[in-house]
Formats: sequence, structure tokens, C-alpha cells
Amino acid sequence: MIKLLTGNEAVAQGAYEAGVSYAAAYPGTPSTEILENIAEYKGDIVAEWAPNEKVALECVIGASIAGARTLAAMKMVGVNVAADPLFSFAYSGVNGGMMLVSADDPGLHSSQNEQDNRYYAKFAKIAMVEPSDSQEAKDMVKAAMEISERFDTPVLFRVTTRICHSKSLVKTSERQGAVKKPYVRNVQKYDLVPATSRKLHVAVEARLKALEAFANETELNFTEWHDKKIGIIAAGVAYQYAKEVFGDKASYLKLGFTFPLPMAKIRAFAKEVGTLYVVEELEPFMEEQIKAAGIACIGKEKIPNIWELNPDIIAKALLGEARPVIDYDPSVVANRPPTLCAGCPHRGFFYELAKLKNVMSTSDIGCYSLGGAEPLNAKDTTICMGASISMGHGAQKMYDKFGEPLRAIATIGDSTFLHTGVNSLMNAVYNRSNLITCIMDNRITGMTGHQENPGSGFTLQGMPTKAVDIPALVKAIGIDHVRTVNPLDLKEVREAFAWALALEEPSVIISRWPCVLKKHSAADREEFGDYRGTCVVDEAKCIGCKACVRTGCPALRFNKDTKKVKIDAVQCTGCKVCAQVCPKKAIAKVGE
Amino acid sequence: MADVRNILLVGVGGQGTILVGKILSSGLVKAGYDVKMSEVHGMAQRGGSVSNQVRFGKKVYSPIIGKGQADILVSFETMEALRWLEYLNPQGKAVVNDYRIPSAPILMGKCDYPEGVLETIKGKASTTVINAGEIAEKLGNPKAMNIVLFGALVKSMGLTDIDWEAVIRENVKANTAETNIQAFRAGMEASI
Ligand SMILES: Cc1ncc(C[n+]2csc(CCOP(=O)(O)OP(=O)(O)O)c2C)c(N)n1
Repeated sequence: MIKLLTGNEAVAQGAYEAGVSYAAAYPGTPSTEILENIAEYKGDIVAEWAPNEKVALECVIGASIAGARTLAAMKMVGVNVAADPLFSFAYSGVNGGMMLVSADDPGLHSSQNEQDNRYYAKFAKIAMVEPSDSQEAKDMVKAAMEISERFDTPVLFRVTTRICHSKSLVKTSERQGAVKKPYVRNVQKYDLVPATSRKLHVAVEARLKALEAFANETELNFTEWHDKKIGIIAAGVAYQYAKEVFGDKASYLKLGFTFPLPMAKIRAFAKEVGTLYVVEELEPFMEEQIKAAGIACIGKEKIPNIWELNPDIIAKALLGEARPVIDYDPSVVANRPPTLCAGCPHRGFFYELAKLKNVMSTSDIGCYSLGGAEPLNAKDTTICMGASISMGHGAQKMYDKFGEPLRAIATIGDSTFLHTGVNSLMNAVYNRSNLITCIMDNRITGMTGHQENPGSGFTLQGMPTKAVDIPALVKAIGIDHVRTVNPLDLKEVREAFAWALALEEPSVIISRWPCVLKKHSAADREEFGDYRGTCVVDEAKCIGCKACVRTGCPALRFNKDTKKVKIDAVQCTGCKVCAQVCPKKAIAKVGE
Repeated sequence: MADVRNILLVGVGGQGTILVGKILSSGLVKAGYDVKMSEVHGMAQRGGSVSNQVRFGKKVYSPIIGKGQADILVSFETMEALRWLEYLNPQGKAVVNDYRIPSAPILMGKCDYPEGVLETIKGKASTTVINAGEIAEKLGNPKAMNIVLFGALVKSMGLTDIDWEAVIRENVKANTAETNIQAFRAGMEASI
């Protein structure tokens, strides 16, 4: 069958066809839909959300050593979290084929940095493949499984946003049947004590040589001969961009297997062409290696290493060409940053947090990352998942040591807390800081599109399961002061902050209310009831002070002419946060 | 690639550009074209500016459209048309929804919603203005605004040979198929 699939859907289809039996991941744009789609193959593939990427990869390693074909998927920063098992699994090698999808995000559409994860393949000394469209994304899963088993290596399957989220045509086939090898105890391979790893390092180096020989002969790396004045080496979506710009006016060495590089093939290609360009997005990963091998080429002298690449950049940099565009003044266009939704439970909590004085607000990654912007201005930092609590602890220690009157308050989502926040909280207890930790539990992993997590009560494949009892968990760690609040009740939030600020010991405030966009489970309906409705402004009472607008709710519209606020009934969910900040009690919920 | 045609759908996260892109691309695949489409997921979906790019022809390489390359720009929101105008081929067409969604800085009074957007665009390119919100509301389904715009797009691109009503049926929930088809027809009519 021919289907129009995103790269992520194609990877899932490829996993199905290649006989993969186990897949695990932690969500993260642009990788998330890989596991969501694999989860559809219920009888054939066990698909799971892990609490974090390290756990996901370790589960996959276990399943591989047990003998099954396996896949882990994560966004590029997730590989940092999973790097520890990755680097050692690179030594032990696999039993059942294993690939790790690294979904990079050039252009930082949804990420906190722009790292180029191709370097992980070189760093960990493992094989790497890079598809350039959805068909290749599907086909390369099978290729990756075969390479993994043949060379006894994990395979880094590197994709980027434009591969993950672009659709192109894919020819699908049937599942080849699960490949399951027997488990055989082999301590010389899987028990990485120093004496074993010393020997395995030798094997890893030999494996790299064998992989390079393979790179030179595999059809994943192929040449397209046209005009030989210009030769282009490219991989991934950059290959499509180069084809778009040069068409038949250049020859191509298209690489699908990109580590180790096929240096003999590259050398032969370079000899045949006039000018050799290496067209790659982000870092000069291939270019550096090609130049180090003594082959002259042009790359980052012309093509920037920051932000997304596109055909226009290539055309301008290499050909000096630009298409005519409409000339107009875009400066009148207002910014449109993403915002917390109308009715988002994070809003009320942040509104009160922002009012506190002498506070350092360390925050984390999730929808609540949007709370730092105008008008809430409620957070100071975002570094990486889980860091809010540990950074808050470190900062608090310094304020205490230097006698500064600051208090650190950490805000972290439920999914992020269960990802890596738990260890950080343990540390705050163990090392005795009076940090205030706020767990913003909106009952789901919101930012990435509502994935279940260990606190939500369901698995990825829809099974009801135990939900982590967060208050009990934090108490077990040693937090003696725990309060759960409804973030839509501003007084309750305010009182909780006053209570926590008066304590000399670490405390936890749990803000518990479901994400407005979440599909409510039976348990949610029981706990939170049917609270939805709409609020309206009594124009006679409204004095146009804009206090409500300072909550940043997108359903509120201030009319400059009438100097009154109106509420957009389509967006409003009736959370009543605006009603609580109105000094004239001009806002009420319909029917109350 | 000269034989490739390019459609750029822009709007605000949550307006349903992704569904239109999906219907559009599945119809084009049925008609035998090579199709590539690029969507925005993740952060921008929370009320940010979003774009959906569809390219079709005999053979398509890049999944994304460059500046000055879109044959048609369909903007689900008025100001967004201006944000993305540099992507429109100067000989291309703009289909603009006369529907304003103020962004956060505007709501807070940090800046104004720009005036005269429609006039500016009309002065620069061949433009069809549609009041898709009103049309959808008249049909009793304000949510079908995106499909009204889809109807206008099909008409403006001359893509009327494809059985779009069948494609819509395959891509929306059964209980919304009829209102969506009505919205589609209304959009076709409105863009004469
Ligand atoms: C290591 C790492 N993995 C994944 C992500 C992607 N990511 C960003 S926010 C987020 C979910 C946050 O969910 P939660 O903490 O529950 O907050 P919410 O968005 O629901 O407010 C994820 C998975 C990331 N940035 N870093």
C-alpha cells in the first residue's frame, strides 16, 4: 500500500514491519508520535512510556539482551539523559537488534538548545543512519535492525524535525514476524566489570573498522551522477534541500549510513567532481571528518551552523541566487508567542507566585515554562528537566551562607517531577535546605500533547494502572510539610505560600487540577466534577483597570475605545481566576 | 522545481490548519501527485503562529517552502497573512480570512492590532478576502471555519477535479461530515 506518512509514523510502520517487539520512550518534540503510533500495534509490539529517557533506554537494552528486536525514541536532549547506558551498551553490544531514535530540533521549534546529536554516534562509537524522507525512515528501521545484529552494535537513528513532522509517500509491506533470539548468559559480553570492558574496548575499535568497510559498500550510501562540475555530499533532509536547489546541475553522494563515514567512497567521489560541497544542517559533523582525511571540500565557510537549514539558504550561499519576494513592511505585525491556554491551572498558581517578594523562582520544562513571559513574569530559570528543584536547593544554600534574605521556590510539572525531579527533592531533604517545591500536577504530560505518565493512572497502550501517590511519595522521601491546593482558588494558593515561607524546613505544595485540554478520565470526573462554564463581565461595574488582563488569559479582550473588558465565550472555560482578581467584582460565572 | 505547486496554510495554533493540510494532501495523493507536507507540532500549538506547507507535483524534494515560493497563501487569521506574505510568490494568490485573533502582546495593550492589513495585502498581491467565521456561524457550526477556508482554497487553486467531498468524509468524524461538506461548499461559493 502507498500511504502519506510523517517520518514518525513511518518509523512506527518500519518497527512493525521489521519485527520489533519492544519499544520504550519518554515524550519530547519532535519524537513523541513515534511511540504513539507504535502503541497502535497492540498484539505485536509492547510499547511503553518510561518516566525518563534513561529508564526507557535501559528497558530497551534489557529487552535486546533478552533477544528481541527493540527501539527507544527520544528528543535530542533526552539522549543526554540516556547517555550513561548508551555509552556502555556500546561496549556490550546487542542480542536482538536495537536502535535509538534521536530526534533533533534544528531551529529550536520546541527545545531549550540546538545540539547536533550526530556527535553521539562518534562519541559512543556506534553505527548511525539518517533517513531523508518518510520512505527511508521506514526502510532504515529494517536496515538498522540488520546492521545492529550483524555488527553487534546499537544503531543511532538520527532524524530531525522536518523528517519527523513532514509527510511523504511510503510503500508499506507486511510484518516479517517477530525476531526473537534465545537469551544466553554471557558475562564476557554483558557484565561490564573493568576486566571485561578493557577487552570489549578492543572489540569496539575493530567493530568501527568493520562498520567503515560496510559504509563503503552499502546501498544506503549511493552516488547520483549528473554534471560533475559540482559535487554535493549530503544526508538527511539537507539532501532534499540540495536536490531542490541544484536538481540535475550537480552530482550527489547521498549518505544514509553516516557513521562511520564511507571515506573511500567519499575520496572517489571527490576525485570525480570539480567543486565539492558538504551540505549539512547544524554542525560540520561530516565536513570535519572529510577535511581531516585530507579531502578538500567547502561547507561551513558558506553554510551557517545555527538554526534550521532550508533551500533558500543553500541557494543564496552557494549560488548567490534569491527568488523575488513581495516587498512590504513586516514591522507592524505583532508577535504571537505561545501562551498558557484559557483555563490553564498553571495561571492562577503563577499569578500568586509572581506577587511574592524576595523570591528566586526556579522553574522547569513543560507548559508552565510559558509562565516566565509577560504578563505573569513568574519564573526566573529553565535549564533542563528536573533542574528546578536542584537549582533551587543550590541557590538557597548560597543565600543562607551569605545571609541574603532570598527564598528559592521551585515549580515543576507532574511528568517532569517523575522524570528527574524526585532525586532532586531527595537531595533537598538530605542536604537540609528549606526549599519550597511546587509540583504543578495537571494530571498529564501537557506540553508534548497529553501523554500518560506514572502519575496519571493509564499506560501508553491504554491499560489502567496504579498512579503514583505524589503526597505519599514526597513524605516517604522525608518531606514533613506537604499541602495540596486547588490552583483555581487564589486564596488557597496565597495561604499555601505564606505557610511554606514561614517554615524552616523543606516543603512541598502540590497544585492539583487537570489540564483544560485533557480528556477527563472517570477518576478525573469524580475528583474534579463538571466545573466548566463561562464567565461574563458586567460592563456597568467594569472600570477598565485591566487587573484581570494581567493574568494573561487569552479569553480576555480589553477594548481601548470602551475601556471595558469582554470575555470570549468560545475560549473561556469558567475557571474564575479573572473574577478573583477583579477589584470591582465585575466578573461572574454564568449560572452562579 | 517548475512543475511543483506550493500551498502555504498559516494561522494560530488551535485553528485547525493541520486538518485542512491533511484533507488537502490526501486528496492530492489520490489524484496521483507526489506530495510532501510539513506541519508544526509542539510548543507553537499553544496559541502561537503556525504554518502548514503542502507541495505537490511530479516529484517533490524539499518538504518546506521558501520565501517567494508559495503559489497560494491561505491565512486563517488576518494578521498572520502579513507575517507570512514574504513566502508568497509575487504572482501568487492570497486567501485571507477576515478574522482577527489578538495575540498576547496586543491583549495586554503592549501594541496594537495592525490596521489596514487587508488593504496592504490587496495592494501587493491578488487577494480573496473571506469572512469564514461568519459563514461557518451561519451554518450553525463556528468550528467549521477551517473547512470554509479549505473550500475557498480549492476554488482559488482550480483543484476542483478532485472529489473533495469524499475526501472530507474520510477525514472527519462521521457526525460532523455533513456540516463540514456544507462549509466546504459555502467556501467554494464565497471565493468567486
Ligand atoms: C530530557 C527531556 N525530555 C523531554 C523533553 C520534552 N518535554 C518538554 S516539556 C515535557 C512535558 C512536561 O510535562 P509536565 O511536567 O507534566 O508539565 P505540563 O506540560 O503538563 O505543564 C516534555 C516531555 C525535554 N525538554 N527534555
